Parts: sequence; structure tokens; C-alpha cells
Amino acid sequence: MTTKSCSSATASSGWVGEAGAVFWKDLRAELRSRYALNAMAIFAVTTLVVVSFSLGPQALPPPAVAALLWVVLFFAAIASLSRVFLREEEAHTAAALRLAAEPVHVYLGKLLFNLVLLLALDVLLVPLFLALMQARSGNLWLLALVLLLGSVGLAGATTIVAALIAKAAARGALFGGLAFPLLLPLLLAAVSGTRRALEGASCAAAGAELRLLVSFAVVMITASILLFEYVWSE
Amino acid sequence: MPLFWKLLCGVWVAGVIVAAFLGVGPAVGFRAPEAARILFFHVPTAWLAVLGFVLSMLHGIHYLHRRQLEHDRCSAVAAELGFLFCLLATVTGAIFAHVQWGAAWNWDPRETSIVALLLIYGAYFALRSAIDDEERRAALSASYAILAVLPMLFLIFVLPRVVDSLHPSDTVQSGGMSPSYRLVFFAALFGFTLLFVWIYRLRVGVERLALRREG
Repeated sequence: MTTKSCSSATASSGWVGEAGAVFWKDLRAELRSRYALNAMAIFAVTTLVVVSFSLGPQALPPPAVAALLWVVLFFAAIASLSRVFLREEEAHTAAALRLAAEPVHVYLGKLLFNLVLLLALDVLLVPLFLALMQARSGNLWLLALVLLLGSVGLAGATTIVAALIAKAAARGALFGGLAFPLLLPLLLAAVSGTRRALEGASCAAAGAELRLLVSFAVVMITASILLFEYVWSE
Repeated sequence: MPLFWKLLCGVWVAGVIVAAFLGVGPAVGFRAPEAARILFFHVPTAWLAVLGFVLSMLHGIHYLHRRQLEHDRCSAVAAELGFLFCLLATVTGAIFAHVQWGAAWNWDPRETSIVALLLIYGAYFALRSAIDDEERRAALSASYAILAVLPMLFLIFVLPRVVDSLHPSDTVQSGGMSPSYRLVFFAALFGFTLLFVWIYRLRVGVERLALRREG
């Protein structure tokens, strides 16, 4: 395998550099067209307005707000995060990228890019969401922590699924279907953690949820790193 | 499968069904003691759903190692069987939940796990049907089967510790079952597993013939 033989050479140049290069390439391409960013923002804001509009002026209890927030976040992620690999297929640049970088570094670069997209979405959506839902702010530090850890896990699982479906037919519908079962534990923990944050609980009270989020992200990203070579070389 | 095992499987499963209804008395401590007999059929189907899932993953790992299409076919067959038993487990579980807890669905951790398993199987088949190239389909679906094990581990082992469960997971291990129930229970597990192996081997034989004809 060519990837094995060149691994020692790139190890000296540093995996951070190569993954960073993939990330910068994607970020610059994204900033040029803003395709994923626009699609994600318009999708998230539309969904949010639809939810808020259908509910009318009533304020919801924290469990309902937490559940709705993650439903919107999940679908906004599904609408845009598969772009990282689709773009390579559509522009026919996947083969060149395969030659230029090691699989693991491609994965890490793409993961970082998706994570940045998701965090941008969090920053845009969550304040708007809380304002429109008239939710009490509760424990903002805990909310930020749950959103950050949840986004890492979300990006970790969706990036490998995006690589899986890049060559399949009907991939738009497949992406959500494949990603959702993988994300079930994450969504359960994230919704529960967000609910606690909105209720104003301390970070210690949400320890179980935070531990679950951290371990989910670590397990998913580790497994993706191990599997990515097989997915990417297909 | 040799004739002896086929005969044994038929007689054994028939015996288990008779014993489940006539051999043991009603279970005490349940809201509907007579309905508790469903556990002799519900728990084996859930176990076979998980067995099919694990088999599918193991054949997936084999495929990624060896790149023999036979392993891919075995993986798909195991997933098909697992999906069948997963459906049965969901339905029997919902029936018993309705009788015992008053509602067919409560999002108890075990119920969440079985729904996740159903969705994973569904996604696995959707992925398979969306890829035309045979070797690519094999590699990608194998990767998905391996990846899908991880959330299941969380749902089965971590979630019940975080959320309260309605399922009596310790009853079997800690000997809360009466001896006669335990005997029929393990006999049912063995009998249905034998049935699973039988169907599995038949299906794998068919797939092998199809592979040989194609190439």
C-alpha cells in the first residue's frame, strides 16, 4: 500500500501540518463560495422560524426547548456537513487529494472543517433560538460546554458518514438515515444536558451527560480514524 | 446442516413451546402472570437480533481484511436475519409492555436500543442498495456495520446506568427466576439460536451458489 510506505516520510513533516493544509484548503474554498455556510444558515434560521411561528407566543418548558434545539441543530448539520466529501467528488479532486495526503490527515482536516462550521452554526443559532423561544438563560457556561462537546461528537460521526455516502446514489436522503442511529446516544445526552443547563443546574449536576458526550466524541473519532482508510480508498 | 441437528432443532423448539405454555405455572409478581410467558420468546428474539448484528460486523471486519466477497454476502445475510428477529423483538416487546406497564412504548433504555438497532439495519440496507459497484458496496457497508456497533455499546451498557430502566436486567443473573422458568428460558435461548444457525447456513449456501454462478 502506498499510504503505508509514505507514512514515515510524512510523519517527519508532521501530521498537524498536513491535516491543517487540508483544513485550510477547504476553508478557503468555502469562503470563496460560502455554499455550505449559506445552506446551513438559511436552513437553520428557516427551521427555527417555522418552529417559533407554529408555536406562537407561548413559552415552552426547558425539556421541550432543549429537544427542539437539538432537532434543529441535527437537521441543519445533516443539510450541510456532507458537502466536505461531495465537493471532492463533484469537482473530481478526490483522486488528487488521495495522492497528496494520507487518509488519516484528510479525515482530521475534514473533521476540523466540519467542526468549525458547526461551531459557527451554534454561535449564530443558539442565541437566536433562546431569544425566540423566550427561554430562561439558566447556566450559560454549562450550555456552552454541552454545545461544544455535542458539536465535536456530531462532527466526528457525520464526517465519516459523509465519506461513506460520497459515492452512493441518493446520498441526500441517505446521509440523515445513516447518521441518525449513530448519533442517538449523543442526542440523548445532549438534550438532557441542555435541559439541565436551561434549568440552571451546576456543571457538576450534569456530570453524567458531560462524561457521556466526551466519551462518545472520543470513541467516534478514534473509530473513524481507524476506519477512514478503508472508506477513503474505495 | 446435518440431519441430526435439523431434527433436534425441530423437536427442541416444539418442546420449548409446549413447556412455555404447559410446563411452567404463571409467573408471580407480574401484572398479568399468564402473559409473562412471552419472555420465553421475546428475550431469544432480542438476543438473535444482537447476534445477527455482531455476526454482520465480524464478517465486515473479515471482508476488510481479506477482500473476499463471500464475507460480504455473509455479512448481509446476518443483517437480514438480525433485522427479522429485531422486528419480532420490537413487536413482542411492545405487546408485553402494553400488558405489563400499560403503554406499548415508553422510551425505556432497552426500547431505545432496539429502535436504534432497527434504524441501523434499515440504514445498512439503504446503503447497500444505493451503491452499484459490488466491491465498493462491500467495503462501505462493512465499514458502516463496524461503525454502528459503537453507539449500540453506549445504548446497551452506558445508558441504563444514566437513566432508570423498566427492564429487569439483573433478574436472570442474580437468580430471581424460579428454577423451572430458568430451565425453559435457557432451553428457549438454545433452541432459537439453533434455528437461527440453520436459517443462516441455508441463506449463506444460497449466496455461495449465486457467487459461483456469477464469477
